[in-house]
Amino acid sequence: MKKTMERPLNLKHLFLVFLLLFTLVTFGQDEVEAESNADEASTEEIIPSADPVKGKELFNSLCGACHKRYKNAVGPSLHGVTERRDMDWLYKWIVNSQELIKSGDSQAVQLYEEWNKVAMNAFPQLNNQDIDNILAYVEEPKPEPVVAVAQVAAGAEGQGGSGISTEIVLGLLSVVLLILSVILILVNKTLNRFAVANGIPIKADKPKGKPIWVAFAENQFLVLVSIVFLLLAVAWGGYSFLMQVGVDQGYEPIQPIHYSHRIHAGENQIECKYCHSSARVSKHSGIPSLNVCMNCHKQIAEVAPETATEEYSKEFYDNEIQKLYEATGWDTSTQSYTGKTKPVKWVRIHNLPDFVYFNHSQHVTVGGIECQTCHGPVETYEIQKQYAPLTMGWCINCHRESNIKVEGNAYYEKIHEELSKKYDVEELTVAEMGGLECGKCHY
Amino acid sequence: MSSEKKYWKSAEQLEDNSPLVESLEQNEFTDHIPSDEFLGDEENIEGTQTSRRDFLKYVGFSTAAASLAACEGPVVKSIPYVVQPERIIPGVADFYATTIADGFDFASVLVKTREGRPIKIDNNTVSNGLSAGRARVHASVLDLYDIQRIQNPQIENRDVTWTEFFSSLEADLKSNAEKKTYLLTQTFASPSTDKLIKEFQEQYPNVVHIVYDTVSDEAALDAFQAKYGYRALPNYDFSKSEMIVSVGADFLGDWQGGGFSPGYSKSRVPKDGIMSRHIQFEANMSLTGANADKRVPVKPSLQKKIVVEVYNQIVGRVASTNFSDALQNHVDNAITQLKSKSSKSIFVTGLESLEAQAMALEINESLSSEVLNLENPRLIRQGQNSKIKTLISEANAGNVGALMIAGVNPVYSLPNADEFVAALGKINTTVGFSMKKDETASRCKYIAATPHFLESWGDVRFTKKDFSLIQPTIQPLFNTKQFEDCLLKLTGNSSKYYEYVKTNFKSTFDGLSWNKSLHDGSFSIDMELPKTKETFTVDFSSGARKLVSKNNAEGFELTLYTKTSLGDGRQANNPWLQEMPDPITRTSWDNYVTMSKVDAEALGLTNTNVANGALNGNYLTVSLGDKKISKLPVIIQPGQAPGSIGIALGYGKTESIQEEMQVGVNAFPLYNDFDVNQNVTVEAVDGIHEFACVQLHHTMMGRRDIVKETTLEIFNTKDREHWNAVPKVSLNHKEVEVTSPDVDLWDEFDRSVGHHFNLSIDLNSCTGCGACVIACHSENNVPVVGKSEIRKSRDMHWLRIDRYYSSEETILEDYDKKNDISGLTSAINTYGELEVASEEDVQVIFQPVMCQHCNHAPCETVCPVAASAHGRQGQNHMTYNRCVGTRYCANNCPYKVRRFNWFLYNQNDEFDYHMNNDLGRMVLNPDVTVRSRGVMEKCSMCIQKTQKTILDAKREGRVIEDGEFHTACSAACDSGAMSFGDINDKESVVYKKTQDDRMYHLLEYLGTKPNVMYHTKVRNTTEA
Repeated sequence: MKKTMERPLNLKHLFLVFLLLFTLVTFGQDEVEAESNADEASTEEIIPSADPVKGKELFNSLCGACHKRYKNAVGPSLHGVTERRDMDWLYKWIVNSQELIKSGDSQAVQLYEEWNKVAMNAFPQLNNQDIDNILAYVEEPKPEPVVAVAQVAAGAEGQGGSGISTEIVLGLLSVVLLILSVILILVNKTLNRFAVANGIPIKADKPKGKPIWVAFAENQFLVLVSIVFLLLAVAWGGYSFLMQVGVDQGYEPIQPIHYSHRIHAGENQIECKYCHSSARVSKHSGIPSLNVCMNCHKQIAEVAPETATEEYSKEFYDNEIQKLYEATGWDTSTQSYTGKTKPVKWVRIHNLPDFVYFNHSQHVTVGGIECQTCHGPVETYEIQKQYAPLTMGWCINCHRESNIKVEGNAYYEKIHEELSKKYDVEELTVAEMGGLECGKCHY
Repeated sequence: MSSEKKYWKSAEQLEDNSPLVESLEQNEFTDHIPSDEFLGDEENIEGTQTSRRDFLKYVGFSTAAASLAACEGPVVKSIPYVVQPERIIPGVADFYATTIADGFDFASVLVKTREGRPIKIDNNTVSNGLSAGRARVHASVLDLYDIQRIQNPQIENRDVTWTEFFSSLEADLKSNAEKKTYLLTQTFASPSTDKLIKEFQEQYPNVVHIVYDTVSDEAALDAFQAKYGYRALPNYDFSKSEMIVSVGADFLGDWQGGGFSPGYSKSRVPKDGIMSRHIQFEANMSLTGANADKRVPVKPSLQKKIVVEVYNQIVGRVASTNFSDALQNHVDNAITQLKSKSSKSIFVTGLESLEAQAMALEINESLSSEVLNLENPRLIRQGQNSKIKTLISEANAGNVGALMIAGVNPVYSLPNADEFVAALGKINTTVGFSMKKDETASRCKYIAATPHFLESWGDVRFTKKDFSLIQPTIQPLFNTKQFEDCLLKLTGNSSKYYEYVKTNFKSTFDGLSWNKSLHDGSFSIDMELPKTKETFTVDFSSGARKLVSKNNAEGFELTLYTKTSLGDGRQANNPWLQEMPDPITRTSWDNYVTMSKVDAEALGLTNTNVANGALNGNYLTVSLGDKKISKLPVIIQPGQAPGSIGIALGYGKTESIQEEMQVGVNAFPLYNDFDVNQNVTVEAVDGIHEFACVQLHHTMMGRRDIVKETTLEIFNTKDREHWNAVPKVSLNHKEVEVTSPDVDLWDEFDRSVGHHFNLSIDLNSCTGCGACVIACHSENNVPVVGKSEIRKSRDMHWLRIDRYYSSEETILEDYDKKNDISGLTSAINTYGELEVASEEDVQVIFQPVMCQHCNHAPCETVCPVAASAHGRQGQNHMTYNRCVGTRYCANNCPYKVRRFNWFLYNQNDEFDYHMNNDLGRMVLNPDVTVRSRGVMEKCSMCIQKTQKTILDAKREGRVIEDGEFHTACSAACDSGAMSFGDINDKESVVYKKTQDDRMYHLLEYLGTKPNVMYHTKVRNTTEA
């Protein structure tokens, strides 16, 4: 490339473009922040001298299991309760509701009857100030849905500080490069035209020698080497293509319910084996039955606004929870099961062929292997995918490298002692134990 | 001693230089690929339409299509429970104790369920009562998934709801108060059902209950009732016996409900130099006769005389008998031995005659036999088959308004079925309680669809003391209601039968825990039996005269019998049982006439083996009075008494049975007066029948010294060297034992660490019943291949039970005898003796053979892809996904235990058995691969079971105790012939078995070092 020296002018343009972009980005971010600040400021005190922040703590630890602020759960929704009931009555009721019912208080009895005679726990530990705090939290107005945030994020055409994806950056860069090269050619042409017009002699083309490909073709050694390399490359390509047939590493199918491991195992730190409990005792880790989901989701009908991401809105997640209710036949309005169930047909991700016997409990309970070893950082996955290749080579490798967890296991005592003497090692690998024998997994 | 005896599996082998036997001994696969014939025929090749180009096109296309199809994996769906039952963990098996009581088989069983579906039946080892696992009991799990089952109640062939069914039926029953209602049922032996039937009779006083046993034991029941006042069958504890004489009683088969083999086998193992002696007089070669020390083939008419003679000599003279000298000698011998062992001896007979059965009871009383257990008589046969006559005549007279039939199929199984069908037409309301639309149900107005026993509740009283409970192991698959629930509904009782059984249990057995009894499946409690009102006496002298009266009938004496596989035929639609080879004839998918060689030759009947080893035979027509059964194939049966024939019941069903399984001929029409012994005439007819007989398949390539046996005398007096010597090979011109490491080609792998599994098979205890064959089928997803494939020697059984015949005397002894002749009379007698067809006087020996898991396995070294490899724990692993199907391994296996998948046997319409429908596939064991076409398979020593035991121990962090390891076959064997375990555990039973003097390895001289060992059979030939 000649005459690159003449490009500074164009570079200036590029700088200008970038400058423009960055200003837009910063403005976009500022706007978002300003809006969320305004949101928080809108909370106001309902009950004087009460602290809704302390109240929130208490509510979550004591009341949240049965009550929700804006929705009926096991107990009635609490927002607006200070308007419905007298404060003194509330103090008595919350501290010991059964006593109030026994005393024959008409309101209390009526309420008890209305809610299917489910007794509310007594909370003698709460003083009136605590109750005030709780009520203050309860009476906070329902926050408006945060649709605006999502819209802004989308409206900023992907320039939002956190939202710019690599594709967009790359796309922009290539467009800029394209413009650059066009300008370069144009400038070159113009300069040439000037030169011709001004009579400046342009360096004539070199006398044409042998074209490079002819030279290449004549050099037998080079041809041979390149053919060898070509063949090797084809073989390697073919081999790697064939070897990935049936290997579904990275398989990430769309599931009937968008279940996010990120939310459950990541944010909420739910232990894997709480849901996949059979992994401890069975060959299958088990896709949890829906009643396991309902252990929590009876209470959790919607996600917290913080859970939503740019990609998936709160509405999206709430809708997925509704799908669960539909499948289990849970009626949120009556808080009961209708009995009409619709089993969920999940798409199976980890498919071992029929001729392989794999037992989860062997690895999880006996071997003490973390789930993540084979399934990857599941707690970060929004959509579950296959992390490991699940090929035999992958299994065997691990069997060669991993040691057996023998401590405290009476089964291994004798065999470990004898084998470690035989192989003269301290720690035995799975392979030394016989974990490479065909029949251990194929029968 | 043992090796000089001549063993043969089929008569063909007795012929010198039979080319067929030769070729079968030399070739692993009977068919070779006819490539030379095909390619050599130029005309044929040129005449074909497919050019080489076309061929290449097709190959190219199919390769491309296959590889394209392989690139895209199918999307697999997983559907979890909505609400997971607390007990069920996917992937973990649950076990429930329950009971089979179908009227023919009664046993406490343990059912293995996976994800809520029963997949395997095991013996209930905690049960005191009948826990015997027979082949049929193990196979009964497949009946649950039978696509022929009726799925809804029907009225006049129309599916109805139960509400409609009952409203219509109740109206019919009520309008019938004038006439009688008959209730024809199987033996339930159930306290609750009996009580319920009584309640039903109170509600409808016109109800008459008749119990009908398809195969009757009425004579024995009557004899017992006459003597002891109860309607029951005597019970026998054969483990206490030292001398057993049986006249026609197949007590290792289905005689009086079966299940005697555990006790019998116990007495058959020599302990401190003592074992029982068993003499059998019978016509057909039965499983029991095959196990006897001395078997005397005699016709039924002679058997009757023998019973009288034994009675004469032991109890008191009633009638005179006359026998040939030889037979008199045998009978006298038996009697002397019975007397000498007195209380340790037992006499049983299978003759269906009140007098004969009564005599047996008297004989045992005179012997004061301890084997006969009168404290705990059996209640599992209660039939009063003679009353069916009354039912038919009353129906014909128009006195019967309703007939309810439960658990039996009289239209198929009554000898006078046509009369019964005619009578059925005269009855307004007919109800069939049935699992299938069988011959009887299809002729009933109402069909009440009943569930399988694995879907039912109930209680069973096997014997006076032993009870067992039935509990469901799966939700009913179809819209069915069990018979008892229907009765409850009809009596206006709103409770379910479950509640009824439970209430009944609590009121009857106060103090016993319901939950514990249900968990164990069985319980024992001594409760009085009601005495029967009617009493009658047996007139011995006139009875004896009747028994010894000359049989003047022309023709043959027929003995009907039930096979260990099919029994009375209620499980005829079960492909496992159809494919199970009969222990004696080794023939599957058929019933036939068994006939002695002498008679067959006289009638010009032959059995021939065709080129591929399959057996062909001629046909007979058998007539009894005016009844005629045409085209019964004939098998020439060594050991069959001349002048007698045998036919198996239970075949020839035509309704509610898949076409593939409509095999054999129904012999029930010959079962006149419910007596198995009949006089029939036969006539040879044209035609060739093709048997599916496996007796010449998988021979061990003409190698000898396979089964070892000796006599008790030699066993007691001589060293092991004499009767169970370890084979020797020559090393540096010296004889060295083959087990010595010096003669080994291979370096020995150190197996002293961890587990080392061994399976031990005691040929003394093995009765050849075949329960292990079915257990293996069920555990390992072994496919069913069908009759024509069996004929081609392509059976897939991982475990076969070889049956060998041998002559009484060794060949050497024949020579000795010949040399001893001095004088004319002696010469005539001896030559006469020697001329007794060796096939008539035969001994039988059974040998279960599965993969021997050789430590130096010949199959492993020849596999080009290392699909067969050895594990540290002694198992020979077969990796199906590695196998490319060269079949070298099968060629190189000296034991011929490898099986090749010639076809895809699942989801293939060509093999339309249980693996070809969704219902039938529910029985598959999810822990074992279902093999595909083109791979070799074989016994894995149930590695899935040993691995599970090990994993359970690891998970619980404990040491494994002896007795925890099992294979399917060793768990199914109730006679203790098979034991399995870890020989590195020096305390284990199986280790002790390796140290036993009787232990030997199959074809030990090959040096394959198998992990399966056998124990030499010892015969008690001690006379006197």
